[in-house]
Amino acid sequence: MPPILPLLPLVVHPSPDNIIAWCDDGSVTRQQFLADVNQLAASLLPGGHLLNACGDRYRFSVGLAAAIVAGKVSLLPPAHTTEMVRQLKTFAPDVFCLTDNDDCTLDMPQLRYPIMSANENTTFAVPQIDPNQLIAIVFTSGSTGEPSPHHKTWGALVSSVQAEASRLGLLDNALPCTLIGTVPSQHMYGFESTVLMAWQSGHALSHAQPFYPADICRALTNAQAPRILVSSPVHLRALMDAELAMPEIACVVSATAPLSLTLAQSIEARWQAPLIEIYGSTETGLIATRRATQNLQWELLPGIKLVVDGDNTYACGSHIVTQIVMNDIIEPLTAEFFLLHGRLSDLVNIAGKRHSLASLNYLLNTIPGVVDGVFYMPDENDARVISHASHASHASHTLRTSEVTRLAACVVAPGVTSAQLLAALREHIDVVFLPRPLLFVDVLPRNDTGKLPRAALQALFQPAQISRKSA
Amino acid sequence: MTQINLIPAIASNPATAVTPATATAMQLEVALLIVECLNLEVTADQIAPDAPLYGEGLGLDSIDILEVALVVSKRYGFQLKTDSADNKHIFSSLQSLTDFIVAQRTR
Repeated sequence: MPPILPLLPLVVHPSPDNIIAWCDDGSVTRQQFLADVNQLAASLLPGGHLLNACGDRYRFSVGLAAAIVAGKVSLLPPAHTTEMVRQLKTFAPDVFCLTDNDDCTLDMPQLRYPIMSANENTTFAVPQIDPNQLIAIVFTSGSTGEPSPHHKTWGALVSSVQAEASRLGLLDNALPCTLIGTVPSQHMYGFESTVLMAWQSGHALSHAQPFYPADICRALTNAQAPRILVSSPVHLRALMDAELAMPEIACVVSATAPLSLTLAQSIEARWQAPLIEIYGSTETGLIATRRATQNLQWELLPGIKLVVDGDNTYACGSHIVTQIVMNDIIEPLTAEFFLLHGRLSDLVNIAGKRHSLASLNYLLNTIPGVVDGVFYMPDENDARVISHASHASHASHTLRTSEVTRLAACVVAPGVTSAQLLAALREHIDVVFLPRPLLFVDVLPRNDTGKLPRAALQALFQPAQISRKSA
Repeated sequence: MTQINLIPAIASNPATAVTPATATAMQLEVALLIVECLNLEVTADQIAPDAPLYGEGLGLDSIDILEVALVVSKRYGFQLKTDSADNKHIFSSLQSLTDFIVAQRTR
């Protein structure tokens, strides 16, 4: 690896006038971006760890670059719950938060994103970064309830996103594209595939963090073509369902969960553009891609290898320094191709957020008043049955649950209300993991050895049981 | 156990103290829409007009809000946007969501 790697490679961002981002009031040049980074870096708080909570993607990118230049480490937790903030402060007592939200309630020293002064005269050199510099620590929810840190060096991140950009054909584009992301910059996928990929591939990023289909539509319209939409199954499905008039898109990128083939086909038909899915994890970064309409197999990025050892599959090579176990059931086909067969049983993944079931169960059973309790992740088919059980309405065919399967839970907790239990859980876990339904029972269907057979849980969540017990 | 402050249906909010005790017909219509679209375990008339929809209360999260927004746009003919008004406020209660729909609807 070379001794230094530039923040913005000159080969793809050769001129100070190159456009780095599109904001509401127009384009931001490389020159202005570096001026903003310089100004922010000089005003960062003393602590060595930064929680970059900026919702605006451009401001996030300035905060990230300023932290890199100032030698500070950005912390990227999976959620901003009260408990997570407490754990982050234990992990890094000097942590402070960079926010662009006037109502930020994070309980730590806060730095408001500053008003930037226009800078046209001073020329700033592109920062050169040591590949071994620790840039970010990304957290996943560990199985004990404590978040697990994953350390990301500049060199590994650059190698990973350059491989991605190359696979997506972004390194040899004659025209500069705009990357429009619907995934937060703070999520490993959004972090790599919008912010870092724009820096490293010479394309611009849209500052927007759109949420509703109409927001996505506006962000696309405001961004200069060719457009690359970096999204997830949840947002893409909503966007397709909304049937809005939308501008052209050159390429759609999706990650966080496999898309259904039907959705992939309708997206490609709608935009006459390829839909490329990305596969990876917080620990590994991205490792493979596929175009589902052409082939359901995933193709590893150059240099990445899969090693099967018993029930586990490990990824190694290229930007993955030490081999990392994958949390999915993987069937290698050749050295470059594999099939995915779902998650290993302890992990749930809801809209790109991941949690260990063992840790959720542990938390549930520490809530005062809970005698016994268990979370249950329905199979996708069961989820549809459960969610359609309580009624037979015209609204039920609006594709609800087609892309998102929710957790359920069953508890023995006499005297505790559903609202109390949910409030207690909300302190510790991201809301997407809150159980629905939450069933109250007299006793869990444990077998002679005290275990909870999946079939018994499955029976518990059958429609007839639900309407009776939750009534 | 009498920690009623945790139970949204009984929670009182001074800012919305003028809320009528029972939901209006339009509020019930919107409540039914939410319950059907999200397959919630409550019935429409169990959603108090002034109880929060987000977070504590009904406990909706951003995936739910996206679902509700889709159904609202189809039923009432307008698109929700993040900056069209204070988004948190729109989803702060059944009442505010209903008021917003009434003001924006095209059908």
